[in-house]
Amino acid sequence: MILKPHLEDVKIIGYYLGKIIIGLGLFMLIPIICAVAFWEICPMFDFLIAIGITFFTGFVLVRLCFTEKDLNWMQGMIVVSLSWLVAALLGAIPLYLSGHWFSYLDSCFDAMSGFATTGLSLVQDLDHMSYAHNLWRHLIMFIGGQGIVIIALSLFVKGFSGAFKMYVGEARDERVLPNIIHTSRFIWLVSIVYLVLGTLALGIAGILDGMKAYNAFFHGACVFMAAFDTGGFAPQSQNILYYHSMAFEVITVVIMILGAINFKLHYHLWTGNFKELLLNIEMRTFFLTAITTFAITAIGLTTIGAYPDIVALFRKGFYQLISGHTGTGFQTVYAAQFMNEWNDLALTGIIFAMGLGGAVCSTTGAIKMLRIGVIFKGLVEDIKKIMLPEKAIIVEKFHHIKNIFLEDKQVRAALLITLCYLVLYAGGALIGMFCGYPFLQSLFESTSAAANVGLSCGITNSSMPVILKITYIIQMWAGRLEFMSIFTLLGFIVAAIRGK
Amino acid sequence: MSHVSRNTLHVKNFVKFIVIMISTCYLLPVTCYSQVSSTDLINNAKQYDGKSVNYQGEVIGDVMVRGENAWININDKKNAIGIWLSSGLAKEISFTGSYKFKGDVIEVEGIFHKSCSLHGGDLDIHAKTIKLITKGYGIEEIIPSGKVNLVITFFIICLTLAVIYFIRLGYGTRR
Repeated sequence: MILKPHLEDVKIIGYYLGKIIIGLGLFMLIPIICAVAFWEICPMFDFLIAIGITFFTGFVLVRLCFTEKDLNWMQGMIVVSLSWLVAALLGAIPLYLSGHWFSYLDSCFDAMSGFATTGLSLVQDLDHMSYAHNLWRHLIMFIGGQGIVIIALSLFVKGFSGAFKMYVGEARDERVLPNIIHTSRFIWLVSIVYLVLGTLALGIAGILDGMKAYNAFFHGACVFMAAFDTGGFAPQSQNILYYHSMAFEVITVVIMILGAINFKLHYHLWTGNFKELLLNIEMRTFFLTAITTFAITAIGLTTIGAYPDIVALFRKGFYQLISGHTGTGFQTVYAAQFMNEWNDLALTGIIFAMGLGGAVCSTTGAIKMLRIGVIFKGLVEDIKKIMLPEKAIIVEKFHHIKNIFLEDKQVRAALLITLCYLVLYAGGALIGMFCGYPFLQSLFESTSAAANVGLSCGITNSSMPVILKITYIIQMWAGRLEFMSIFTLLGFIVAAIRGK
Repeated sequence: MSHVSRNTLHVKNFVKFIVIMISTCYLLPVTCYSQVSSTDLINNAKQYDGKSVNYQGEVIGDVMVRGENAWININDKKNAIGIWLSSGLAKEISFTGSYKFKGDVIEVEGIFHKSCSLHGGDLDIHAKTIKLITKGYGIEEIIPSGKVNLVITFFIICLTLAVIYFIRLGYGTRR
């Protein structure tokens, strides 16, 4: 028997959702400051309207649903899944008002792409976009990369058990520090420190490459946010190709890899435990998968002589690969070049890399390295069981911050999530083919959306079918939250309709 | 003029015509293509690789001077393509496109590279000449009255909500 949810459930969900919305509204003050600094009047009005609607929605929810009760698991998960949808709807308002998107659906697509740190975009005439709107595009990646709920946890919450439920719902089940609020604040601290350092590095590179100083630092900050949060938006329509700079490419590769590392590992690096970097299962798996997928891509590109020398092969092949593997989506080639100049083997290497992703508890999407490592270890254990005498006791362990003995339930959990991702990749590819696109192109774009990567082979544009836009929005949302909170939301809706 | 010499003249003219036609056909690819779009260049990069092309569009973003040369990016409303040119030529550009400016529209004649070995495999054009087609200008911001009215409406609503909230808060504290 399915139990119908109580009104109290709805009130608790509404109250915490309202708080998160108010937190989102506060972030809209940053582009307003930017608009004032660059004296961009029209964008300032766009953000004032958006902030008005956001605060109004947030205050009404908090007022109507006021409660002092704590969240249970179901409510925490639903708050998370709903907050990402509502954030995309509200975050799209200033984008739509800018006139750079053909429809509100297109701006919602970009807002979800930003929050989910994907990087696929339907924007028009990006090269004439205001600083304020451009900053907002990148800021939503920064907010989404850290986790929308982390904002609420860091800003409004002093300490309650429900915080952990929302934190887990946002696809982060690891505590860096014993207290979840401290964990949230540590994630912000890491991000802010890297933001300052990354902006400085990219800004200086920009100045040395001939950009105006203020533009170099603005671009530096935007590109940092998109790289560290493995997003993939860039301030100009050519993405990273705009800079024609090897220095920019090298710095962004370093930032992308930093973004793909587990925050728990960052903590150990910050506390001087560099040995962890070499021992950690995620780093080892990442190293191996990056080499393997790059070998596939490089063989593909070399076979057809796509690039004139090894430098070009690295600047194009390796860059797109790392961008795909870390889930960033920065491009130094045009989308059409993937289909026109890369062969199927090279594209397959990139698709594999995109599908695998970075570390758990990082800003990346996709299956993730810990799961791949655990599944591989499980496979090794099973092979050993077959090979060795029946009486032999086989113990498999792996190192992730500490030595952990491999258990069946870990392998099962990793396989379940991996299966969900594979179904999501295949589902999007099927709908792409249903819309008339070829198989490999559909699979590439679907994997890119579901794994929150953002590399595009040309399908994503404002003229693509509405069904495909909605499919990619759902894929980005589900891929970022790693399914559980979305399944809970679906269960809640079913219970509300069919429950007794 | 004899009949034979007139025939010879006809043959000579015919041979000249054929030679000119063949030369034109062979030389056409190495001479400059008439204006091509960015979409055409990107989609048919192999066909244009190493050839002289004529590309027109608006200069956007920064003029990035690198020693004796510079990078600019030219957008033809479909895509932007990187142009590598001498810094002397780059000085001719007065406006670059951004939120507040419409950039100079220029015509570039240069060699197109599908994957330039000098620039790490970039798809680019090495410019030989540039010609100013339309000079850029500042864009005036027009604020729609609807947006102003919306801002005022939301300001009043939020202010009212805040006043109600604080009155209730004060009432609750006194109790």
